[in-house]
Amino acid sequence: MLETADAHIQFRGVTKIYDGRKTVVQGLDLDVRRGELLTLLGPSGSGKTTCLMMLAGFEMPTSGEILIDGQSVRDLPPRKRGIGVVFQDYALFPHMSVSRNLAFPLRVRGLQAAQRADRVRRALRIVRLEGFENRPPNELSGGQRQRVAIARALVFEPSLVLMDEPLGALDRRLREEMQFEIRRIQQSLGVTVLYVTHDQQEAMAISDRVAVFNRGKIEQIAEPETLYEEPERAFVAKFIGDNNLLPGRILSAEGDICQVETSGGAVSAFLVDPNQSSGATVLAIRPERIALAPEPGTYRNEFDADVEEVAFLGDHLRLRLTVCGSSDFCVKIPNIVGHGALLRGDRVRVGWSVADCRALPDEGLLDRYTPG
Amino acid sequence: MLSSPRARAGALTLPLIAFLGVTFVAPLGTMLWRSVHEPVVADALPQTLALLEAWDGQAALPEALYQTAAGEFRQLQASRALGGVATRVNRVQGGSRSIIMRTARELHGAAPASWREAMIAAHPAWGEAAIWGAIRQAGQRYTIRHYLNALDLEQDIQGRIVAQPQDQRIYLKLLGNTLAASAAITLICLALGYPLAYLIANTKPRWSNLLLLAVLLPFWSSLLVRSMSWIIMLQKKGVVNDLLVALGLVTEDGRLIMVYNMIGTMVTMTQLLLPFLILPLYAVMRGIPPLHLRAAASLGANPRQAFLHVYWPQTLPGVAAGSLLVFILAIGYYIAPALVGGRTGQFISNLIAYHMQYSLNWGLAAALNFVLLVCVTVILVAYNRLIGIERLRFG
Repeated sequence: MLETADAHIQFRGVTKIYDGRKTVVQGLDLDVRRGELLTLLGPSGSGKTTCLMMLAGFEMPTSGEILIDGQSVRDLPPRKRGIGVVFQDYALFPHMSVSRNLAFPLRVRGLQAAQRADRVRRALRIVRLEGFENRPPNELSGGQRQRVAIARALVFEPSLVLMDEPLGALDRRLREEMQFEIRRIQQSLGVTVLYVTHDQQEAMAISDRVAVFNRGKIEQIAEPETLYEEPERAFVAKFIGDNNLLPGRILSAEGDICQVETSGGAVSAFLVDPNQSSGATVLAIRPERIALAPEPGTYRNEFDADVEEVAFLGDHLRLRLTVCGSSDFCVKIPNIVGHGALLRGDRVRVGWSVADCRALPDEGLLDRYTPG
Repeated sequence: MLSSPRARAGALTLPLIAFLGVTFVAPLGTMLWRSVHEPVVADALPQTLALLEAWDGQAALPEALYQTAAGEFRQLQASRALGGVATRVNRVQGGSRSIIMRTARELHGAAPASWREAMIAAHPAWGEAAIWGAIRQAGQRYTIRHYLNALDLEQDIQGRIVAQPQDQRIYLKLLGNTLAASAAITLICLALGYPLAYLIANTKPRWSNLLLLAVLLPFWSSLLVRSMSWIIMLQKKGVVNDLLVALGLVTEDGRLIMVYNMIGTMVTMTQLLLPFLILPLYAVMRGIPPLHLRAAASLGANPRQAFLHVYWPQTLPGVAAGSLLVFILAIGYYIAPALVGGRTGQFISNLIAYHMQYSLNWGLAAALNFVLLVCVTVILVAYNRLIGIERLRFG
């Protein structure tokens, strides 16, 4: 946990239960640093949007406390929290022009017309929408509406902006363009942004840190790279990027290296939780970290594999192999000369290092390994 | 002719156009025609009217006129057509019917030396200008007098348009009452219906269906029954008064008179017309994302500002459509005022019905109808200017 002075937002044991029985958020602790872009990532129904709505003040936590700048916001209605919110469907007011949409938060704050016009102009410049002042929202494209929604959430200069799947309605190319836009705006203004998405690539692309949500809890919170390279939970390993997950049982552990028994033989792996020296585990190996036909003795893990499927994907080849008892073991190899000869039914040797093979706590994601 | 697909598709609407022509345009056209076309007297007294045409309304009338008139009266009486003529003259000037009928009776079989004296002997009114003026007016084949009448005006004997005598000016006042009461009913419906429509549009589906059912339920029962039940509710010994007395709000002797007057009409019509306001309003409100109010709150608006600047403007098309519907239905309303309106709670339609069914003055009924049509048109045009017809949402 952070020092209070560094934390802009703090969730302290926040739980939300709907209708007295449906738990959506469960004892959540979360610190958001000032000026960072933190993404809440998770499948739908994992409680990330509920967290955002509780922070905005539209939902009340069933128990626990939310602090902004160290102050509890329990008794503050949404309008007094001073938080900019970008909603999933933008929620632009259709009967107002772009500039009147932007002026709305300033008008309700009693700003003078001249000041309003000045701020609206500045906000439109930030989102690069000069010249669209008098357009009604329904004459804008999806991307332009998105920019207006962002400008409206920024125009009253909040120090915190919440974005709830803001790019969900856009097509892929526009989404990628807007990801950079949002990142650029956030960094140039230095605002704290809490961003909700279920798209892990989007989360990786724009975030300072990502909190992976699952069933109302945070599985792991870390920088995108750490999350990818060093998942601490099987759920994270599965959700972020592609991963080969193998169920197994820890035979022995020595320091941070352990021997794991799988249905296809013993595998040496990196032990993520040093307190776990036996019992069920899940091995996670990235498809691009697997070497094909390595020099014998290069890796501690080397196995014979049967090629089940070869898919040519342009920049890389994807193989599906049967190895270590899994018939769904995926290997990605860059499209470099020499691999074109692989065919279905071939037998190849594969290998991977101990560092690239993480033994994660078993969370019941896979069928548990039972020794034959 | 029907070569292009568009023309052939258009031809499919011909039955509808024919139907509208028969059921809407034709009756409306006949009505308008009847309000300006009055051939009965003109056909019955052609010679008398020809002689009256040159008359300035003041000079003494010649013997020839009396003779011609007496002749035509007797002829009409013989063919039993005089009554209809006399009735029409009577509409221009009260009392004329009995004068004409009596004179015709007295002249039956007579052959006097002076027809003038004989007619004056039968009734002294024949010596005065008024009745001749009335006959001349009633004899106009194309006339604006029904419209003048509908606007509390008349033509004097010189043909000038003047106001009716004070005690006969009833239509403009009634039209004013009708418009004012309709406006009041529309506002009450809006005040009652807006929150209800909001509730239906924003509550859980189970509740909104139930509430919608409650709004629609009255449509499935007879208009007559609903109007009559208000008599039971509102009458002096009725449910509402009993309740007020039981609560001690009014004394036994001070029971309120709420039916057979304008209060009764307005209460009943508000209840009857409320669904017409709620339904279009509900349809519009359902299209407004609840997220907008959240967005407004997140932008710093208090509930009043959020409603005033974000919600209300978006409901305007529904408000306009609903209130227009209620207002236009209200000014043409007939059954409720007839049943619970008593003497003071009548609308202009009740008078139109009276002229259609009892006084049989269809020309005046048609003219009153047309005045009402003009009122509605003016309101529609004003609405169009203010809000724009194309923005109205009826559902």
